[in-house]
Amino acid sequence: MAQVPMEHGLYVAGLLFCLGLVGVLVRRDLLFVLMSIEIMLNAAGMAFVVAGAGWQQPDGQIMFIFILTMAAAEVAVGLALIVQFHHHFKTLDADAARRMRG
Amino acid sequence: MFELLWLIPALPLAGFLVIALMGGALARRAVAVIGVGSVGAAAIVSVGVAAQFISAPPPGDSLTQVLWAWLEVGLLRPHVALCLDALSVTMILVVTVVGFLILLYSAEFMGDDESYAWFFAYMDLFVASMLILALADNLFFLYLGWEGVGLCSYLLIGFWYKERENARAAMKAFIVTRVGDVGLAVALLLIFTSLGTLQIQEVMRRAAQEWAVGSNTATLAAALLLCGAVGKSAQAPLQTWLPDAMAGPTPVSALIHAATMVTAGVYLIARTNGLFSLAPAVQSVVAIIGVATLLLGGLSALVQRDIKRVLAYSTMSQIGYMFLALGVGAWSAAIFHFATHAFFKSLLFLGAGAVLLATDEQRDMFKLGGLRAEMPYTFWTFVAGAASLAALPLVTGGFYSKDMMLWNAWTSPKGSPWLWLGGALGALITALYAFRMVFLTFFGERKSVVSRRPGPIMRIPMGILAVLSIFAGFLETPGWLGGMDYLSPFLGTALPGLPHAKSQPAMELFLQALTSLLCVSGVLVAYLLFVAHPEVPDRIAAIKAGGWLQGFWFSGWGFDRVYEFIVVKPFVRIALANRGDVVDTLFTGLARANEALHSSLSRTQTGKLRDYALGVVAGAVLAIGIMVLL
Repeated sequence: MAQVPMEHGLYVAGLLFCLGLVGVLVRRDLLFVLMSIEIMLNAAGMAFVVAGAGWQQPDGQIMFIFILTMAAAEVAVGLALIVQFHHHFKTLDADAARRMRG
Repeated sequence: MFELLWLIPALPLAGFLVIALMGGALARRAVAVIGVGSVGAAAIVSVGVAAQFISAPPPGDSLTQVLWAWLEVGLLRPHVALCLDALSVTMILVVTVVGFLILLYSAEFMGDDESYAWFFAYMDLFVASMLILALADNLFFLYLGWEGVGLCSYLLIGFWYKERENARAAMKAFIVTRVGDVGLAVALLLIFTSLGTLQIQEVMRRAAQEWAVGSNTATLAAALLLCGAVGKSAQAPLQTWLPDAMAGPTPVSALIHAATMVTAGVYLIARTNGLFSLAPAVQSVVAIIGVATLLLGGLSALVQRDIKRVLAYSTMSQIGYMFLALGVGAWSAAIFHFATHAFFKSLLFLGAGAVLLATDEQRDMFKLGGLRAEMPYTFWTFVAGAASLAALPLVTGGFYSKDMMLWNAWTSPKGSPWLWLGGALGALITALYAFRMVFLTFFGERKSVVSRRPGPIMRIPMGILAVLSIFAGFLETPGWLGGMDYLSPFLGTALPGLPHAKSQPAMELFLQALTSLLCVSGVLVAYLLFVAHPEVPDRIAAIKAGGWLQGFWFSGWGFDRVYEFIVVKPFVRIALANRGDVVDTLFTGLARANEALHSSLSRTQTGKLRDYALGVVAGAVLAIGIMVLL
């Protein structure tokens, strides 16, 4: 079975991470921001898995389970916050919340 | 009785504290009772202490009462300790007795004043400070009293501070005496660093051992002490504050600027006479300053219109006499004149106060006049004071003290006929201006309405002081006139006497006759000029030179103008130029830079979540970049 080189997997992970990052930076809708964060988390998880496979170590997959758990918790908290945000601002635009301007 | 010594300064201090802390809650009568009573009680204790001191002198003729250790820093161990010797006994007697009489007088004089309580609080604080000054056993403690009296002088000159001019006079007095006080402070430092102690008797003992006569350190120390004394005692060239100090209430002028505080310089020099004996050059400067000031003050007093300013210049001149006596080494004579001067000058001030009260603050003597019939009691006491000031022969206290000083100025090894001549001329001038004042105020036609006459509370002190100023002279009379000498031997236990000059009774009698003649002729000339031919002074003033001289003397020899030009104006100019505070720009600059930095950084706080995320990313990229590249 032709092995996919570890580098390729890492490139994909990096690409995914950057996509997520750009999403966080440019999207104003909080739901999309949350999803972009999910993408970044998954990119990190993928990097762990690829590295674990490449080095024949189980640690990468363990880390991925951790990240998965953390991501689930994060989404729960994040969604709750978004609900509160919407309740307060009647919008999901992140830029609406800028009262703490210096 | 000696163990009660601490009560003497403590009583007025307690009076001050009580009035100052609860003055608002006390009735006027209660304030007066506490204010006057505390000083009166101190006077009674002083008399008791003095009586015991005279009847049963303590061993060594001095006594030290250590109350507690003030501080202990290395060698510097000043105690709060009182030292009683003949000199301080004389001082505390005069200060408490005259102080009590003047405070009693003020109880009526200040009766209508709205700040009645504060007046008595300040006066009590003054008396307490003056007693500390007189009783202090070390120079450190003495300095406390010295500054205390300066503070009270400031507060009381500016007592009616709502008039700008009075506040200005208070500041002037404080600042000008400060010039001298700096000298005193430096003298203390010098004495401490070179002798290692500030305890006065110890300083005198060590100075005599370690410093040669005329050595530089001794000369410097004495000169610096003299500097302090000159400032406090309003001697040339720091005399300019005294005439302006008359802005204060009249009892203040009587107590502080005539009887007690201004003689603190005389006391200081007498107290540290050991140092001055080690510095003959400085001591002769003392005599020269004395003669210069007595002539300067006397001539200025001659042309003043304001009755209180006459008295101020006269005070300056009389203290000049005391400096002359100190300068020739006649310590006891100076203290003798201090005592008689305290009596007659405070009496004159109280009389002037009664006149001012009666005529609604009419200070210009040319607008007074003819008050003799209206206020006979004030007139007679005033004449008693003026006669004593003019040193009318035989019957007045001032004659004996002035005579003793002049005789010493002639015979003392440090004296000279020139000093005597200055003093004798001064005696003529003194008689002239003293009776000019009497004639202008009480003789001639009446020009102002008498609205109020002194009541009994004001009369009693005036009467007692009149008696004292006439009879205090009999403590010490010349050889041919009974030869009483109570004061000199008494003071001799604390102050070194003069080396006994050859007894020259004929010479002494001749000089006395001469000065007496001068004094009497001064009075006669005053009579001729101001009663018999009042047009003559105007005619003299109309001559160019006469008018110029009058203006020159009237302004106190132009010292104020010179100081204005040399010191005040440049200082004000520098202060104005430095309005922005040049040194401060460094610190305000620091603050400004911080502010600018802050405002530029605070612009990054947009409140937008995405911008913060960008910041985090940029930081992470930067950190990773640095880690990868380096």
